[in-house]
Amino acid sequence: MDGMRARILVVDDDPALAEMLTIVLRGEGFEAAVVRDGSRAMEAFHDVRPDLVLLDLMLPGMSGLDVCKQIRGESGVPIIMLTAKTDTVDVVLGLESGADDYVMKPFKPKELTARIRARLRRGDTGSAERLRVADVEIDVPGHQVTRDGEPIALTPLEFDLLVALARKPRQVFTREVLLEQVWGYRHAADTRLVNVHVQRLRSKVEKDPERPEVVVTVRGVGYKAGVS
Amino acid sequence: MSGTSRWDGARRLADRLRGLLSVWSRSLRLRVVAMTLVLSTIVMVLLGVVLQRQITDGLLANKKAAAIAEIENARITAQAQLLGAETNPTKLQQQLARLAQDLGNPARVENGSQGSNAGVFDPVVTPLRPGGATDISYGPIDDVPVELRGRVAAGYESSQYTTVQRKNAAGAMVPVPALVVGAPVVIRSGTDTFGVYLIFLLTGEQKTLAVVQQTLLLGGAGLALALALIAFLVANAVLRPIRRASAVAERLASGDLAERMPVRGAVELTTLARSFNGMAEAIRAQIRQLEEFGRLQRRFTSDVSHELRTPLTTVRMAADTLHAGREEFPAHLSRATELLVDELDRFESLLADLLEISRHDAGMAELNAESVDVRSHVVACVAAAGPVAATTGVRIITHLPPEPVQAEVDSRRLERILRNLLNNAVDHAEGGVVDVELAADDDALAVAVTDYGVGLRPGEAALVFNRFWRADPSRQRLTGGTGLGLAISLEDARLHGGWLQAWGSPGRGARFRLTLPRRRGFVLSTSPLPLRGGIEDDGDEAAVDAARAMPSLPRGGAAGTGGSARGDGHAPARSGPDEAPAESEGAVDTEAPVLGSRP
Repeated sequence: MDGMRARILVVDDDPALAEMLTIVLRGEGFEAAVVRDGSRAMEAFHDVRPDLVLLDLMLPGMSGLDVCKQIRGESGVPIIMLTAKTDTVDVVLGLESGADDYVMKPFKPKELTARIRARLRRGDTGSAERLRVADVEIDVPGHQVTRDGEPIALTPLEFDLLVALARKPRQVFTREVLLEQVWGYRHAADTRLVNVHVQRLRSKVEKDPERPEVVVTVRGVGYKAGVS
Repeated sequence: MSGTSRWDGARRLADRLRGLLSVWSRSLRLRVVAMTLVLSTIVMVLLGVVLQRQITDGLLANKKAAAIAEIENARITAQAQLLGAETNPTKLQQQLARLAQDLGNPARVENGSQGSNAGVFDPVVTPLRPGGATDISYGPIDDVPVELRGRVAAGYESSQYTTVQRKNAAGAMVPVPALVVGAPVVIRSGTDTFGVYLIFLLTGEQKTLAVVQQTLLLGGAGLALALALIAFLVANAVLRPIRRASAVAERLASGDLAERMPVRGAVELTTLARSFNGMAEAIRAQIRQLEEFGRLQRRFTSDVSHELRTPLTTVRMAADTLHAGREEFPAHLSRATELLVDELDRFESLLADLLEISRHDAGMAELNAESVDVRSHVVACVAAAGPVAATTGVRIITHLPPEPVQAEVDSRRLERILRNLLNNAVDHAEGGVVDVELAADDDALAVAVTDYGVGLRPGEAALVFNRFWRADPSRQRLTGGTGLGLAISLEDARLHGGWLQAWGSPGRGARFRLTLPRRRGFVLSTSPLPLRGGIEDDGDEAAVDAARAMPSLPRGGAAGTGGSARGDGHAPARSGPDEAPAESEGAVDTEAPVLGSRP
């Protein structure tokens, strides 16, 4: 197995789209596996052990949202939703189920691969960096977040979000800046991504998510790291 | 002064009358009671008059019959007593007095007393000798009417009603109605004739009638009032279910669709209740059906969106993959791939626009308004339109106010409107200049996009917002418009409570003006920018032509509008505060077409 090629699991019921996706992904240098049925998605996930999951929200067998929750239940692997729905509720539901990002159909291959690369590209910071936000400690190269020695499990995206905020403790980040730094969007995109993931992050790192101390909202501007 | 106050008084009175009149026309109960009162009073009065007439007639007929019987007796008595009539006036007078006393004496008649039948009377006896003096007559001869005296003198027994003066209890002379009967007494010798008159005072009858009258009056008034009260109670009883129905209807109108009227009581009321409930049921069914339609429409939009987008994604990716490798293709295949990709772009934007407009049609479009500086959106959209403008040699000149223009708008929709207006202007500018102006007042902001190209022919200002309408079908689109851009823009403006209007002159250019309220919910009345500015207009022709185009338009402005009017030109004329938006700016030329007149 070629260690350099990232494995991508495509969960999509449409055979033509699934095949086209594998063609495009292989053309871009990824390894692609396809599963067409939601109920077999977890099985395939265990077999393939992908680096990233492309998940269609509307699936037979099991809803894309449920697949998303199940994967998230045991892994922090990046999940990108493929969605044809533009309704606010559907996108937010998908993100709340654990998806890191979404691509709206119809998308261009370049757009999709850009999103995939953004999610696969991890902060390659070799330095032994340790950060601290409120009472939470972050071991950046070790990808470890702890409070009082107790590890807190974060997905890579949540980890990146927290690190981005923690590296500049005094700076207030607008949602647009976070989209660019964490998600890799070069132009303004959907700020709901930020809102939903800040909520998810808070639910894991805050003692009381109702009164956040780690990720603080600055009304009308955005977010910043809490005082350590 | 006094004239004014009288005028005021009159006005106040008129106001009060109007108030009463409106209460009258509104209160069914008041009307029922008043009508009952009036009608029963009329009936009572008529009945009273008839009754009184009947009673009077009866009383008088009795009196007359008795009086005639009495005069017969009196005649016989007089005939007997005057048999040997004196010629000496003094003696005759004594004789007459005696007779009169006898006539008035109850003892005279064996079987009764005077007045037993006909009541008290004053006897009068007078000689009827031709030329004879009446001064020897006995009794109040002056109380006997002259006509009666004439008839008696002519030998007839006769009677007449008259009025005589009598002392009342207080001693004053008062007129008293009386019945006078008279009969001629011819002495057997035939030489002498006397008239005997009996004057019956009708005091008793008058009193009886007064009592009757009073009784009738009181009874009638009481009855009328009682009827009014009954009418009030009946009206109340009838109106109670109606009021209950109106209460139910109000609750129904306020959204409680399960509200129903109880079906009980009189047949008419249960009929009302049943029809009412039937109506409520029909309304609820209709509303449910509409809700269902809305839900289906929403589902359909969502389904179409998904079902179309999945294959489109596949095609898109396939096309892009082909496009990426087009260098390896022969020329014709390479060109075909380019066309495929370009048309897919168009297809995608068309699909997106269709979905957007169907979302508007389904009333599902949501306004995500937040306070932003509109200048930044204008700058961004002008920058985005730059590349296309540059390829066609169009120069976009932006005129922005120096201070921020904060407004509560949906950024996505505002940018879409601006993008559409700019694309449209660039498409039609004929390589000239496009002016983009932004202006604001306290309540509203306006963006006007003006080009000085082909302009709009007469009537076209009304059509530009129609779906898939094109000024010139043969015209090549440079910006890849779908034909839905302006229609969607109009819907977006409407969603903000704003206006989108067009004005144009053939060969001179076209101007589109977007007016939005700066705060959500504010109702626009004017726009900070004129609809017809900048484009030179040296002939009347264009304006007249424009005027001709107006009647088919919604009244919100020259063409297309916000508020509730639809921009497709099929909306009914609308009136209200929104109409003729720019009049206050003195831009008579601008709005003259709307008013259908031209100075």
